[in-house]
Amino acid sequence: MAEPTKTVGEREPILQVRDLVKHFPLTQGVLFKKQVGAVKAVDGISFDLYKGETLGIVGESGCGKSTVAKLLMNLERATAGEVFYRGEDITKLSGRALKAVRRNIQMVFQDPYTSLNPRMTVGDIIGEPYEIHPEVAPKGSRRQKVQELLDVVGLNPEYINRYPHQFSGGQRQRIGIARGLALNPEVIICDEPVSALDVSVQAQVINLMAQLQDEFDLSYLFIAHDLSIVRHISDRVGVMYLGRMAEIGTDEQIYEHPTHPYTQALLSAVPVPDPAAREGRERIILTGDVPSPADPPSGCRFRTRCWKAQDRCATESPVLAVPERFQGSDSPAAHASACHFAEVKDVVGAA
Amino acid sequence: MTSTEKTPAVPAPRDADSPLLQVRDLHVEFHTRDGVVKAVNGVNYSVSAGETLAVLGESGSGKSVTAQAVMGILDMPPAKIPRGEIRFRGQDMLTMSGEARRKLRGAKIAMIFQDALSSLNPVLSVGYQLGEMFRVHQGLSKKAALARAVELMDKVKIPAAKNRVHDFPHQFSGGMRQRIMIAMALALEPELIIADEPTTALDVTVQAQVMDLLAELQREFHMGLILITHDLGVVADVADKIAVMYAGRIVETAPVHELYKNPAHPYTRGLLDSIPRLDQKGQELYAIKGLPPNLLHVPQGCAFHPRCPKAQDICRTDAPALHTLGEGRRSACHFWKETVHG
Amino acid sequence: MPEMTEPVATDRTEGAAAPGGNGPEPQAAPRSLWGDAWRDLRRNPIFYISAVLILFLVVLSIWPSLLTGTSPYACDLGRSQQGPAPGHPFGFNTQGCDVYARTVYGARASVTVGICTTVLAAVIGCLFGGLAGFFGGWWDSLLSRIGDIFFGIPILLGGIVFLSVIKGGSIFTVVLLMAVLGWPQIARIARSAVISAKQQDYVQAARALGASTPRMLLRHIAPNALAPVIVVATIALGTYISLEATLSFLGVGLKPPTVSWGIDISSAATQIRNAPHMLLYPAGALSVTVLAFIMLGDAVRDALDPKLR
Repeated sequence: MAEPTKTVGEREPILQVRDLVKHFPLTQGVLFKKQVGAVKAVDGISFDLYKGETLGIVGESGCGKSTVAKLLMNLERATAGEVFYRGEDITKLSGRALKAVRRNIQMVFQDPYTSLNPRMTVGDIIGEPYEIHPEVAPKGSRRQKVQELLDVVGLNPEYINRYPHQFSGGQRQRIGIARGLALNPEVIICDEPVSALDVSVQAQVINLMAQLQDEFDLSYLFIAHDLSIVRHISDRVGVMYLGRMAEIGTDEQIYEHPTHPYTQALLSAVPVPDPAAREGRERIILTGDVPSPADPPSGCRFRTRCWKAQDRCATESPVLAVPERFQGSDSPAAHASACHFAEVKDVVGAA
Repeated sequence: MTSTEKTPAVPAPRDADSPLLQVRDLHVEFHTRDGVVKAVNGVNYSVSAGETLAVLGESGSGKSVTAQAVMGILDMPPAKIPRGEIRFRGQDMLTMSGEARRKLRGAKIAMIFQDALSSLNPVLSVGYQLGEMFRVHQGLSKKAALARAVELMDKVKIPAAKNRVHDFPHQFSGGMRQRIMIAMALALEPELIIADEPTTALDVTVQAQVMDLLAELQREFHMGLILITHDLGVVADVADKIAVMYAGRIVETAPVHELYKNPAHPYTRGLLDSIPRLDQKGQELYAIKGLPPNLLHVPQGCAFHPRCPKAQDICRTDAPALHTLGEGRRSACHFWKETVHG
Repeated sequence: MPEMTEPVATDRTEGAAAPGGNGPEPQAAPRSLWGDAWRDLRRNPIFYISAVLILFLVVLSIWPSLLTGTSPYACDLGRSQQGPAPGHPFGFNTQGCDVYARTVYGARASVTVGICTTVLAAVIGCLFGGLAGFFGGWWDSLLSRIGDIFFGIPILLGGIVFLSVIKGGSIFTVVLLMAVLGWPQIARIARSAVISAKQQDYVQAARALGASTPRMLLRHIAPNALAPVIVVATIALGTYISLEATLSFLGVGLKPPTVSWGIDISSAATQIRNAPHMLLYPAGALSVTVLAFIMLGDAVRDALDPKLR
């Protein structure tokens, strides 16, 4: 297990994830439950989140990206591994210590319809963080704070007494963001924050999040499946596949110089909103489906759908590191990629 | 009614002039306890054989309701069609008998839904459900129907179809289930397929597979395809022409290349501009201001005016007509000339 | 229904009067979900009919003397089974007691038993069901199995057996017995309501904020799980009333001198050829009462869950 490393240079890691694992047991039997297997939702993930940056996590359903969010929020207990917040492992915290950490790591949920309690007013929803952490704001100032937050996220402060169902999807997501901001956190985990919204409203919410990041010096872990939005908002991007990190690097490294075949296939499959690109574009159409995380392939997780797979891929799990051939080079291909045969292949083409 | 011979493909030569489906001045309203929701307000569009029409719009734009009206699967007590024509090969489906309409449905016009899992019956095997089409419409025996089901599953590239024909829907992955839905829609070799957000629930790599398959089959059977979606990327990949809907109306129609190059309605332009682009990194995304309208209180005049950067006084009072700009190009904007030139 | 039609989505997104933006502001007042339900309820004629009836019954059971000056115990054997007479509109029963007075006084037993049983069953049911649903795992297995044991005993059969053994007959024993046998029904509803509320993102959001368990239960889960419990409890109230009457009819429920419709129906049943009026009035009152509660339950369900319509 790696110790949290003190980084050299200007950037300060605020969250350090090391070999994080979450297996959900599969049980049989009613009264005497017997474990018959495990869904390996997250199976050994490591990355750093730096202060003030946005790390995008992309991947398809079942890749474990939402489980990572829940683990970082301590909404699920990790099976193994550590998450260091400012050098302290938060996966084993409980009680008061955990509550204290929660002030600094907050979350914005995917579905604006289920993430707000329909029986509470907007004021109660955004004010709840202050009731749970009364030391943040004295009782008398709370209403005013809530109104300030409404203003910050672009809602009329007079709506404080309304109920969630009186708002549209985009406005509800703003309420969710205001709740996330209430405790002045340093990190916000965003789990698909715009995927439930209409196209014309998505851009508004993305702009708001970018603006708030500058204003409050927030670090975002931005989980999404929309690759173009992730690229727009992220400084660095990690690509997940079946519980593992396939590739991670700056947005340019990942989008322009991907070296992992899965990233290449994923990028090439994204429809480009330009009919002129229809003809010339080379697309990698993967065969088959994502295997079940309850029974993942041996070795490299992607090998069953990979056109480069060889015997070695079935026996030896590739590590996430800068591939040997690019080590020491300062080409953009020199970023961490978990593939035995990592190489650059231009797939973005016309985009 | 249905062509019972098994030789597929090679569509009979059809008069190319008359479109396969023509929707004219269609209105659909829903009577709710809060008032009348005008979900569709005078929609016109047409599709020819072998053509792909993409209907683009956000939730509440009326794009799915229009399709359901065409398909004849609207729940008619809350919904009402006060006006309009839906002509399939020249025949108005709204005036024909229920029996005649039912015969068109499935045999001539088929639909693919977004949520394949809830569209399949969970307690019946996939083979049974696929075979049902042949048993009911063509009177095939159980065995023959099953054989046709396997053929269909091969057609939509489900691996090991023979072994999987007795499996139940939940035993298939999302992408495979959507393939089964496509197989079911294709079963009776319809002339028109309506696909309502067929890939929205799927992952990107699977979406690419399914869209490819759909396009390939469309070419093979020379079918008309109405693709209902909100995804500008998918549209650019497969559509021939596009109808953009907003608040129950069509605001722009155009061939696909021209729409992306030169949108003639501020709403279309806004949608295209809000796609994140490389050179905008680190800048604000363009965002259409405001919210889609409440269909109980659609704004006076042009429904888009409260959100439109170009809105003038006339937009607040007069609803714009659908102006013709050129071959297949229309725009419902008073200022389409200015819009189309940037 | 193949898929969610757009108008449904519309109802949820834009139909709920989107404030802000630049559209007009159709309604500025805050509207809670309870407020919406209440508004729907007031538009429902069924609600008014049942509410007026129930209110009338409750008043009747508290002050029966408002409607009759005659005592249900003032019997004159000489007028046994006589038909309606001035001052005695419903006639007399076999003992020569005034049927009208007995029908009026009978409301008290029915309403008391119905309400007390429902309250008691709801309290036990919510406690067991809520805890089982919230904590899950072993708690759930244990509490649910206990519930299943009681659920397996039909209330009527259990009532006949236990009441005939302990020879009770007071309102208290009948209420206790029916609540003990009836709570699993409510517990099951409460359990599933809590489980579905527990999985909502807003509960996760509260946890992510560091909310304590009681806070999550009381503030987030209970208010959202309450609606189905209220509906089931209201409908159950009607059935408890008819059960009490059935037990009394069979001679194992309430016993004289308590005035109960069930007892009167029982004694009238044998004389139905000679004096049908003795049966008609208490039986009619019972039917109307049960119907009123079931109608109220239906109206409440419609208001709390508009999707069912």
